[in-house]
Amino acid sequence: MDIIKTDNLTKNFNDLTAVDNISFSVKKGEIFGFLGPNGAGKTTTIKMLTTLLHPTNGSAKISDFNIVKDRDKVRKNIGVVFQEPALDTELTGEENLDYHARMYGIGRDKRKTRIEDVLHLVDLEDKKDVFVKNYSGGMKRRLEIARGLMHYPNVLFLDEPTLGLDAQTRRAIWEYIKKMNKEEGTTIFLTTHYMDEADYLCDRVGIIDHGKILVIDSIENLKNSVGNDVITLSCSDLDGLIKRLEKEDWIENIERHESLLTLGVKKGDEKIPVIIEISQSQNIQIKSISVRKPTLDDVFLHFTGRNIRNQETADMKIPPRFRSRGG
Amino acid sequence: MKTAEFQAIYVMWLRQMKRFIRSKSRLVSTVVQPLFFLLILGGGFRVAIFEGVDDYLSFLAPGIVTMAILFSSMFTGISVLWDKQFGFLQEVLVAPISRFSIIIGRTLGGATVALIQGVIILLISLGLGVKISGVFGLLLTLVFMILIAFTAVGFGLVIASKMEDFQGFQLIMSLLIMPLLFLSSAFFPVTANPTMKTIAIFNPLFYMVDGLRGSLVVGVATVNHPLLDLLVVVVMCIIMMGAGSYLFSKSEV
Repeated sequence: MDIIKTDNLTKNFNDLTAVDNISFSVKKGEIFGFLGPNGAGKTTTIKMLTTLLHPTNGSAKISDFNIVKDRDKVRKNIGVVFQEPALDTELTGEENLDYHARMYGIGRDKRKTRIEDVLHLVDLEDKKDVFVKNYSGGMKRRLEIARGLMHYPNVLFLDEPTLGLDAQTRRAIWEYIKKMNKEEGTTIFLTTHYMDEADYLCDRVGIIDHGKILVIDSIENLKNSVGNDVITLSCSDLDGLIKRLEKEDWIENIERHESLLTLGVKKGDEKIPVIIEISQSQNIQIKSISVRKPTLDDVFLHFTGRNIRNQETADMKIPPRFRSRGG
Repeated sequence: MKTAEFQAIYVMWLRQMKRFIRSKSRLVSTVVQPLFFLLILGGGFRVAIFEGVDDYLSFLAPGIVTMAILFSSMFTGISVLWDKQFGFLQEVLVAPISRFSIIIGRTLGGATVALIQGVIILLISLGLGVKISGVFGLLLTLVFMILIAFTAVGFGLVIASKMEDFQGFQLIMSLLIMPLLFLSSAFFPVTANPTMKTIAIFNPLFYMVDGLRGSLVVGVATVNHPLLDLLVVVVMCIIMMGAGSYLFSKSEV
């Protein structure tokens, strides 16, 4: 059963199209991820699905409720953890949860037991009477996740759940997310620009760039689309080598990324000597070569033609005085 | 109305109260600042003779009460901006409650805080020897205080819906509110100066101060009958609250 279903969802801000005709669906009980660089339209999509923004065009349904027409019913069925913390720092952890539960119309007794449940889930029982302003970044995130779960939502939206957290805390948050997906059966829709996060958490991933969905599939299939193993190499004559390698039918795909060449192959470690032999016969010098299992990075590279980190630097404007005349 | 809506109003109110009580600095500054005005201005100008003013302290006290309520309530309206910047507003806006309940709860909370401050100033004034007119006057004073609080929260909401940060708020405070306050007869009678008297007709704060003064104290001449002031303030209150809640409900995060 599809718990989220969007149909040509679009959002324009003046001339800018932040989300461009996206259609996708999320199944009940799965962890679905939107993977894309900053500014790809992930947060705008979440804001539309959580009724904070009106779509310019198209529509979406959550648990069969329309996000524009049945806003209140949608709101009852979802929990949201925003990118920026949305806690009242002047209140204690427990108060934040209690006020949340009241706004969702949960009765007194239920509130009490539920607060204990969710605090237990994120291991914050002993910190419930501490003011949130004294919480660490990771604790705030955990409290927000707990709060998002308070009212038994069908879907929990997590917008960049581990942004700005250290490696250890990130791993802990991942465990909490997996745990609640398993124990509470909550469907999770998350956005991220971390490959490892999507890789570790998501059952299915949608790769989004410039407001458009490029591909949606399971992690497994996405990786397979790049090849079983990925060989990356750099050499003295890329064009020449590509021309030669295109004749070899054991190479599943060849892609050129600036000064690098990636090849999708089976049994990559056995293919390295073959490639070196071929290039030597063409008088092409291999500068570096490596083989590894494909990651979501490769998938992203495959579908967008660039990796996420390059995008970040390409977006930064180079001042004119450094741009002219080159090196 | 559903229970969740009542709960939402209650939560919004309770949150304001808790924040107010826990913020020691706010508690102190909102009481101490008007107290300084009362003691220093009151002490300094006591020797000056204004037409129609028997006792300057009795003249000043209603002005200071108005000022305290105004500032406190505007702050509440403005603090929506704070929630916007710190993201808490999003949490409230995705909850299955109407924007109307959010505004009601917030306004009630702000008004309660402002009223508490106003009453504290009032009590201090009484202790300093301000002569009050009687029980009916005191009740009318409370009505004025409530109306002033709601009007100012509404005004704060209007500003908060139209602005992105706090710099604009500072600007409005120093370029609009302070001059209006000085020209409202809060600190001295505007009747002696014809230009100021004309300006006063168009000054919303004038009707608040004049009305509060007319209903609260004796021995001080006011320009309008308190009930006329009341009528004007009621109309302003409705307009401001209407505008504030309309703009707030339209705002997207």
